[in-house]
Amino acid sequence: MRVALFLTCVNDTLYPDTGRAVVKLLTRLGVDVDFPAAQTCCGQPHYNTGYRRQAEPLARHYSDVFGPGLASGDYDAIITPSGSCAAMVRELYPRMGERARAEGRGDRLATTLAPVIPKTYELTEFLVDVLKVTDVGASYPHKVTYHPTCHGLRSLGLGDRPLQLLRAVKGLELAELPGAQECCGFGGTFAVKNSDVSSAMGADKVRNAESTGADVLCAADNSCLMHIGGTMSRLKVGMRPVHIAEILASTEEEPHV
Amino acid sequence: MSGTFVGMPAFPKAAHDAVRNTTLRANLKHATHTIRDKRARAVAELDDWAALREAGKQIKDHTLRHLDHYLVQLEESVTAAGGTVHWARDADEANRIVTRLVRETGESEVVKVKSMATQEIGLNEHLEAEGIRAYETDLAELIVQLGDDRPSHILVPAIHRNRGEIRDIFAQEMGRWGRPAPEGLTDTPAELAEAARLHLREKFLRAKVGVSGANFMVAETGTLVVVESEGNGRMCLTLPETLISVVGIEKIVPTWQDLEVFLQTLPRSSTAERMNPYTSTWTGTTDGDGPRTFHLVLIDNGRTDTLADEVGRQALRCIRCSACLNVCPVYERAGGHAYGSVYPGPIGAILSPQLRGTASEIDASLPYASSLCGACYEVCPVAIDIPEVLVHLRERVVEGGEVTLRGTKVTLKPAKGHAAERAAMRAARWAFTHPAVLATGQRMASRTRRFHPRTVPGPGRAWTATRDLPQVPAESFRDWWQRTDGGKEGQK
Ligand code: SF4
Repeated sequence: MRVALFLTCVNDTLYPDTGRAVVKLLTRLGVDVDFPAAQTCCGQPHYNTGYRRQAEPLARHYSDVFGPGLASGDYDAIITPSGSCAAMVRELYPRMGERARAEGRGDRLATTLAPVIPKTYELTEFLVDVLKVTDVGASYPHKVTYHPTCHGLRSLGLGDRPLQLLRAVKGLELAELPGAQECCGFGGTFAVKNSDVSSAMGADKVRNAESTGADVLCAADNSCLMHIGGTMSRLKVGMRPVHIAEILASTEEEPHV
Repeated sequence: MSGTFVGMPAFPKAAHDAVRNTTLRANLKHATHTIRDKRARAVAELDDWAALREAGKQIKDHTLRHLDHYLVQLEESVTAAGGTVHWARDADEANRIVTRLVRETGESEVVKVKSMATQEIGLNEHLEAEGIRAYETDLAELIVQLGDDRPSHILVPAIHRNRGEIRDIFAQEMGRWGRPAPEGLTDTPAELAEAARLHLREKFLRAKVGVSGANFMVAETGTLVVVESEGNGRMCLTLPETLISVVGIEKIVPTWQDLEVFLQTLPRSSTAERMNPYTSTWTGTTDGDGPRTFHLVLIDNGRTDTLADEVGRQALRCIRCSACLNVCPVYERAGGHAYGSVYPGPIGAILSPQLRGTASEIDASLPYASSLCGACYEVCPVAIDIPEVLVHLRERVVEGGEVTLRGTKVTLKPAKGHAAERAAMRAARWAFTHPAVLATGQRMASRTRRFHPRTVPGPGRAWTATRDLPQVPAESFRDWWQRTDGGKEGQK
């Protein structure tokens, strides 16, 4: 199995550790990972802020970067450690194609985007559904609570896949997060445009996490973790935000620090 | 001030104070969490919920697609049953029609059953200015009216009030509107309910004119339907001599059979009841029973314009169950008043900017009053994809575009105040379509990382007021990948 890693612009720039963890994890599971260097951003920030037409060239770019490798059989899938970016491709790219058609601009966009849409997977979804593993041989001796991000939960329908993976991790104690399904308040530009409400939501999420007594809060999306982690840091809560990939990559020989 | 929302500040400003009001937040949190849990249980009881939801969506979509046909059919059925139909293009016209109809009865008082349509058009204020007093008879509406307040929830307009506040409002205000509250009124629910009952009973028995809304209108028979919990609505519908029902044109369904879907989904979604206590239906007039005269005022007020929008029109499927409010984390913290409309919460955030346009500050800010978490879409019994419409309306705000206003296609200019954001989005798009530019930017950020402050000015300030920024890493992933050949060079 050979996959292309779509790391996303946020991870690439701010959270390279997550990328290294994904490479380490997938390699350990016998998957060949490539990182097409021309990749940038899926267009989600533009799309969700109302700049759909500006998101179109980014979607085309995504397709140009990953499409040929899929077509030639170089890659079997595109993997991303971000629920919201996977949701952007899988849920919103089709919609962008439809809108372009409805606006009388023909099928070009839809046709260009079509091949990459079904082949883009969020990491935990890929592990459980495609590789069919839940025990990835990880070891992580910490008390962890899991925040299912909105896009992972509702757009992708990840369900308990991430939890299945976490439960199989050696030494990991899983603490249930009260109000887990509630949004953490990030929401991209929402965090800035409606900062008061966003902060209140973030603070409630952090208080709920704190009540579990866990020392780590994990999620499958660094954007949400940035917001939650930034709130934890400001509220001086002794918890760390960690991407689930870093937990799954951690082993006894090479523990995640 | 009650009822009108003109000149409201933008949502973030209105929400700013609400977020800091700890009593309000506690009241809202308690109320919304209780009802959302109950709703989830009530919905889980039905194993065909998904099919009911789809059926509701299909019926509404079909009806909206053939709205012209069904409205004409409705008019014919209502007329044949002895009623009179009036058409109102906007709020002004609707208010004028109702005022004239009340005047023609020679009365100067009306009793009202909870109606969002009349709140939307500001009927009470209009009647008041014309010397006609309108008495709200729904318990929560009564609280709002006596308190000179505004509704803050679709189903529970006084959700922001607690029992102590209600007691005070009853004790101080009831006397000004009619029968005063009993001496020594306490805040026990039974006493409060009894005070309201005595106060309202007097109104019901005296009133000659009733004003109502409707949850549904059945085209084939001209029947109107109100779904309620208290029975006060039924009194308003049956006791007066003249009944004037004011209803939005989208409330129509083709046949009685269609009601079977909504009479299951509406109560479970709204009050978490298997069935609501009172379902009243009325068809024209009948000798010796109910009102002698029946008028139906059908209001458009932006609905056909909304219908012209392919993406936004799904908002007209709404059956006003309020489930989306109760799950919305933004509503829970900002409260209903921040939305500046009788339609608060997620549905309000997409309905108001469509019915009223995006010209005002509050209407232009509403599409952003959401983190797009999708909880509203998940619970909506008619599957309105609220996040999709929010993003669609954001596009209208920042990029302008073609919309239908009063039946004519016009091209909107982008709203003011988004120029910097638009420029930033363009710049980002440019960098993101030029990977080398992105890589250079990342390297610059990494090299200067020691100088990055943890709080920043400009638009970033809103972020750093309550959250710390992450530290930029020493090396981006793409640089690491290149340097180590995908980690193969050993080097971590
Ligand atoms: S949008 Fe859906 S959930 Fe919200 S009030 Fe309307 S029908 Fe109910």
